[in-house]
Amino acid sequence: MFEFATLLAAESEEMPSVLAVPLDELIIGLIAFLIVFGGLAKFVLPKIKVTLDERANLIEGGLERAGKAEEEAAAVLAEYQKQLAGAREEASAIRTAAQADRTAIIEEARNEARSAAAVVTASAEAAMAAERAQAVAALTRQVGELALTLADKVVGEALANDARVAATVDSFIADLERAAAN
Amino acid sequence: MAFGVVASGGPECHLFSGCGFPAPGAEIFQFDAVLSFTIGGLAFNISKVTILLFLAVVVILGFFGYAFRKPKLVPRGAQNVGELGYLFIRDGIVRETIGKGGDKFIPFLFSFFFLVWILNFWGVVPGAQLPVTSIFAIPVTFAIIVYVTWVPLGIYKQGFVGFFKNIMFPPGVPKAMYILLTPIELISNFLVRPFTHAVRLFANMFAGHLLLATFSVAAFYLLSFSVIGILGSAASFSLAVLLTGFEAFIQALQAYIFTLLAAVYIGSALHAEH
Repeated sequence: MFEFATLLAAESEEMPSVLAVPLDELIIGLIAFLIVFGGLAKFVLPKIKVTLDERANLIEGGLERAGKAEEEAAAVLAEYQKQLAGAREEASAIRTAAQADRTAIIEEARNEARSAAAVVTASAEAAMAAERAQAVAALTRQVGELALTLADKVVGEALANDARVAATVDSFIADLERAAAN
Repeated sequence: MAFGVVASGGPECHLFSGCGFPAPGAEIFQFDAVLSFTIGGLAFNISKVTILLFLAVVVILGFFGYAFRKPKLVPRGAQNVGELGYLFIRDGIVRETIGKGGDKFIPFLFSFFFLVWILNFWGVVPGAQLPVTSIFAIPVTFAIIVYVTWVPLGIYKQGFVGFFKNIMFPPGVPKAMYILLTPIELISNFLVRPFTHAVRLFANMFAGHLLLATFSVAAFYLLSFSVIGILGSAASFSLAVLLTGFEAFIQALQAYIFTLLAAVYIGSALHAEH
C-alpha cells in the first residue's frame, strides 16, 4: 500500500485524488443501483419466489400425504388386529358356552329320565295299591258272604231274612274291614 | 488497462533501454469522458467507469430476467444457475443473519451482491479490466444506500429513543463502562461503520487492480535480451496470471462481505441485540 501514499501525495499536482467522490458519480451509481434493484424487485425476483414457494409447498404436501397414508395404513392394521382379537375372543366364548350347554343338556336329560322313571314307578305303585284294595274289598265281601252262607247253614233257613242277622253281618264285615285297614 | 499504462511508458520502454520503470499510479483510475452533459448545473461525465457500470446493470437484469422469465417447478439450464444465486442470498445471507423475517430484504441484498460482484468482476474480464468498485465514488454510493436504509429502518422498528438507546447502551455491561462504551458505540456505529463499509470494498479492489497492473507492466518492461530481463519478465507474467485468479476469488469474497455486512446492519436495525 505504499503506492497509496504516493497516490495521495500525487493528488495535489494535476490529477484528482483517487479518494475523490464527485457528485455526478454518486448520482450515476445511485441510478445504476436503483435500476438493478427496481428491475429485480419488481419484475424478476417475485416470479422465482412464487416458484420456490410453490415447490416447497409441493414437497411439503407430498410429505404430508405420505405421512397421512402411513397413518391410515397403521390405523387399518390396528383395526384388523382388533377384529382378529375380537373374533378369537368370540370363538373362545362360543366354545365355553357350548361346553356349558353340553353339561346342561346332559343334566337335563338325566333329570328327565329320572322323573320319567319316578312317574312310572309311582303309577305302578298306585296300580298295585288299587289292585290290592280291590282284592281286599272283594276278599272281604266274599269272606262275609262265605261267613253268611256258613251261618245260614248253621242257624237255618229262617234266619235268612231277619233284619238283626243282616245288622250282625254288616257289623262283622265292618270289623273285618277295620282289621284289614289296620 | 495495463496496455494503456504500458503505452504511457511507451512501447519501446524496456529494461536497459535507458527508460525507467513506468510504475502504474493513480492515472490508471482516471478515464477521459467520452460524453459530457450538464443537468441542472451538474456536469455528468460518461466514461469507461459509467459504461461498465451500466453494462453490469444490463448483464444482471438480462441474465436474471432470462433465467426467471418463466420459472418452472423443475428447473433447468439458466434457471438452475439463477436459483443457486437466489438461494445463496436467501439461505446463505438473509436467513443466516436476519432470519426468516428478513425475507423482504432479499431483493435489496440480492441486487447488492450481484451488482458489486459483476462490477468487481470487470477487473479480470479482458477488454474491461477495471473493477468499477475501485472508483471510490461507487462503493461510497452503495455504502450510503445501505446506511440510509438501516438507520431509518431501525428508528422505525425500535422507535427513535429505543434505537439509539440500544446502540449506545448495550445491555449486560456495568453502568460505569458506559462512560467509555457509549461514545465508542456511537462513533463506531454511525461514523466508522459506513466509512469502513465503503473503504473495505474500495481498498481491496483498488489494491488488487494496482497489483495486477504493476505485474503486467513489469512483465512488459522487463522483457529484454538479458538473463535478468527474461527471468524477471517470466516471473512477473506468471504472477500476473496467478494474481488474476486470486483477484477473481477476492472479487467474489468482497461482494459477499459487502452484502453480508449490509444484512448484519439491517438485522441489527430490525431487532436490537439482547
